[in-house]
Amino acid sequence: MSSPKQPKRRQFFKIASAGTVATASGGLSMMLMPEAALAAEVLGAGALKTLTKMARDIFPHDRFEDTLYINAVSGYGEQAKADEKLKKLLLDGVAKLDAEANKKFKKPYAEVEKEADRVSILKGMDKAESEFFAKMRGDLVVSLYNQPAVWAKLGYEGPSADKGGYINRGFNDQTWMDRA
Amino acid sequence: MASKKFDLKDEVVVIIGSGAGGGTLGNELAQKGIDVVILEAGKRHEMNDFQNDEWPMFSQISWLDKRTTSGSWRVAKDFPGLPSWIVKAVGGSTVHWAGASLRFQEHEFKTETVYGTVAGANLLDWPITLKDLEPYYALAEDKMGTTGTNGIPRLPGNNNYKVLAAGAKKVGYKQFHTGNMSINSQPRDGRASCQQIGFCFQGCKSGAKWSTLYAEIPKGEKTGHLEVRPDAQALKIEHDSSGKVTGVLYGDSNGNRYLQKARVVCVAGNSIESPRLLLNSASTMFPNGLANSSGQVGRNYMRHMTASVYAIFENPVHMFRGTTMAGIVQDESRHDPSRGFVGGYEMETLSLGVPFMAAFLEPGGGRVAPGWGRDFASAMDAYDNMAGMWLVGEDMPQATNGVTLHKTEKDQFGLPVPNVNFSDHKNDVAMRNHGFKQAKALYESIGAKRVIFTPPYPSTHNLGTNRMSEKAKDGVVNKHGQTHDIKNLFVSDGSQFTTGAAENPTLTIVALAIRQAEYIANAMSRKEL
Repeated sequence: MSSPKQPKRRQFFKIASAGTVATASGGLSMMLMPEAALAAEVLGAGALKTLTKMARDIFPHDRFEDTLYINAVSGYGEQAKADEKLKKLLLDGVAKLDAEANKKFKKPYAEVEKEADRVSILKGMDKAESEFFAKMRGDLVVSLYNQPAVWAKLGYEGPSADKGGYINRGFNDQTWMDRA
Repeated sequence: MASKKFDLKDEVVVIIGSGAGGGTLGNELAQKGIDVVILEAGKRHEMNDFQNDEWPMFSQISWLDKRTTSGSWRVAKDFPGLPSWIVKAVGGSTVHWAGASLRFQEHEFKTETVYGTVAGANLLDWPITLKDLEPYYALAEDKMGTTGTNGIPRLPGNNNYKVLAAGAKKVGYKQFHTGNMSINSQPRDGRASCQQIGFCFQGCKSGAKWSTLYAEIPKGEKTGHLEVRPDAQALKIEHDSSGKVTGVLYGDSNGNRYLQKARVVCVAGNSIESPRLLLNSASTMFPNGLANSSGQVGRNYMRHMTASVYAIFENPVHMFRGTTMAGIVQDESRHDPSRGFVGGYEMETLSLGVPFMAAFLEPGGGRVAPGWGRDFASAMDAYDNMAGMWLVGEDMPQATNGVTLHKTEKDQFGLPVPNVNFSDHKNDVAMRNHGFKQAKALYESIGAKRVIFTPPYPSTHNLGTNRMSEKAKDGVVNKHGQTHDIKNLFVSDGSQFTTGAAENPTLTIVALAIRQAEYIANAMSRKEL
């Protein structure tokens, strides 16, 4: 909210010719998404993979498919292309995550198997008031949860005016509270 | 809409701001045949421009001009550049308000007398009583079509209300219902009835909710006596050598500046911009700002004791379906110091969509009490089984809580930005903690599995920074909102509130505007203005 920019509405599963970038991104489903392709090009496929893993660890929803998280961080591609400072913040952050993971678990961050182990690294960053962590958490609040596909998963039905509101669509359909 | 256009040289009544205060005052004066120009800083977005989508509407209508914050309030840490959540558009914050329209209680007009000395609080009795305002409350309720008044049926309760009501009943509360809402429960005044769309905060797509944008301003424009000038941000109020105000300098987004001549100036820019404008209008004659001989301009800023409580149940609620503020419990709004604080608070249902819920449930961008990890995500996962309420109560006016001009930061017009300094009074903290406890008990009485306390959002109720007082030394305006120092300068928004009361402020702002219009019209006809 402190920088209330509306992220671009994501293009879901739009098949695009990602060309060599898709090859570089190593067979992830992100090759299907043009924004992800750009992010892989600008930040590197490895960094994008790490950011995606981090996104899931920050807001872990087991019923969300990976594309929702890829989508949430892919906006950084276009931004980082025009903003060297942001690019450095993200890449340094990823490097720091990997360094910590290598030190503690002998593997890069995205390869660490246990969520609790990865989260222990994130907690350390949060506690140290890492700018990278704060940026990721603050941006994800919007970029993850502002996706209509996420709304549907969480049972939020979104816009209703074009459907005549909820007056005939269940605004008062629950009765369990009368028996509670 | 071809409304009258006035010349910059026409000496009209200039109103700054088109919200609950300014928009109402403008129409009321126009109906009496008085020529009015409303200067509105924001753009004019009509009903068709509204979207049922939280972030795009936030970007479209919110007041996002640069502001700074200080003090120990949590908003300064969570949202340091966004002390308030108000609207910059024609209609002002009546575009995004929830519609709750409650009269103040009798004792809330005389808190200094009733509450006695409260250390650190700058309490003062209003120079008017409930009895003085009652006829104007009645006019306001009729104008706004407030449910539960004038024979207008209350709205049906949605699921979020049904949860609130079931819990209220279980814990023994007596005063709960779907509220006094300025949302049509049946067609009225040329506007449709509520379709339970939700998205009340994003602009009402059916027009069922009263807003000056479509319920007052077009009526005023029809008279030929009102012009609303959007993209016109007031920068400075000018005065002559006798100390009377003579016009308003304003700027548009293309960098042009204009001076609109004025016979009377009424400031209604909400409680941050209104005092800022008076302070930015300082001159050789008024070195501390206009109407500021008392030193009270910008002081005593109030924002209501607020907090939210969300509860997760085994069963679905779908709280987003239907009106955002769908019901109220009023039992705690009384003054009862045995609870450990003076004044009272209301419990009103609230719902946020997933986008805003994610941003507000545990805000802080990772710096304060960061919401993240399984704890946060599991609450979001239960979104469809969540009910919510907002706590809103009287906060204590404090001399050092207020709006000042920033020493170095400037806005797009080169003027000092406002800094909003606020710290909770210990009475505010005690009231909030009581509210949390009561809300938790209410929800748990009907089986809540998890109850989440959410800290205050950026202020939607901004009050008190040009307060009304009997004596000129205690405040900025008299009982008609006329400044003590300059007789043709008025304040017409919530900044004139002497104290904040527990109730949502809009109805009182509208009632005061109707009353002020009558006063100004009479004074003009007597050539006193």
